[in-house]
Amino acid sequence: MSMELAPIVRLGSNLLISLQGDLDDATVLRLEDQITRELVRTQARGMLIDVCGLAVVDSFIARVLARITSMVKLLGAEAVVVGIQPAVAITLVELGVNMKHVHTALNPGRGMALLTRLQESPPDGSR
Amino acid sequence: MALGDDGASGCAIGGEADLLRVRQLLRERSRQLGLGLVDQTKVITAGSELARNILKYGGGKGRMDVETLSKERRQGLRAVFADQGPGIADIAQAMEDGYSSGGSPGLGLPGARRLVDDFLIDSIVGKGTTVTIVKWTR
Repeated sequence: MSMELAPIVRLGSNLLISLQGDLDDATVLRLEDQITRELVRTQARGMLIDVCGLAVVDSFIARVLARITSMVKLLGAEAVVVGIQPAVAITLVELGVNMKHVHTALNPGRGMALLTRLQESPPDGSR
Repeated sequence: MALGDDGASGCAIGGEADLLRVRQLLRERSRQLGLGLVDQTKVITAGSELARNILKYGGGKGRMDVETLSKERRQGLRAVFADQGPGIADIAQAMEDGYSSGGSPGLGLPGARRLVDDFLIDSIVGKGTTVTIVKWTR
């Protein structure tokens, strides 16, 4: 399916996607497809996923977000999830969703700075 | 979606699109009741988990009914999720973090319980499962 669910904006060598509204499961899975396809097409080095427009992130959406960041990594880029609403953060922790492996930042600006740092550090993590 | 005289409302759960209706209805009702934003988010998320449980494990069909409660000066939002699915043989096991009879990590039931004030699960093998959650105003 080639329908664009959320606009993906290019920022230098990175991409930014802003997720909005109430997402059903099928939409979340199509976003996964859209993000990975755009990353390969544009050969971007990083992906910022802005979730400040999501009032609810349940375990399914959280799991797919974690999966997307793993996929982005396999494609040789880095992903950072930004803009998690405070109420959503509290809820995800109590729900017990494991987001430990997901890079996060408060807002797109800090996310961009984190992406730059991640891209500069060697892949084995030693500096 | 029907609104009765007692303020009860509900919706059928039979497909993924109904997850959005469940969240929408819980959002409206928890706002009306005056729950804070964090508590609204918790009850909507718990509802989303329980509705998905019905789709995945509860035979794929069921319903949610919502009503408001009043106890002393506090008000509560009660949501009942019922299915006529296969039921749960070992409820204690199903309430354990990480247990799942399906493919995904089992956060649904224990996770939902942590997000609400009252949680009641009733299941009969071969007949179905009913989960009741309540969130009270502070």
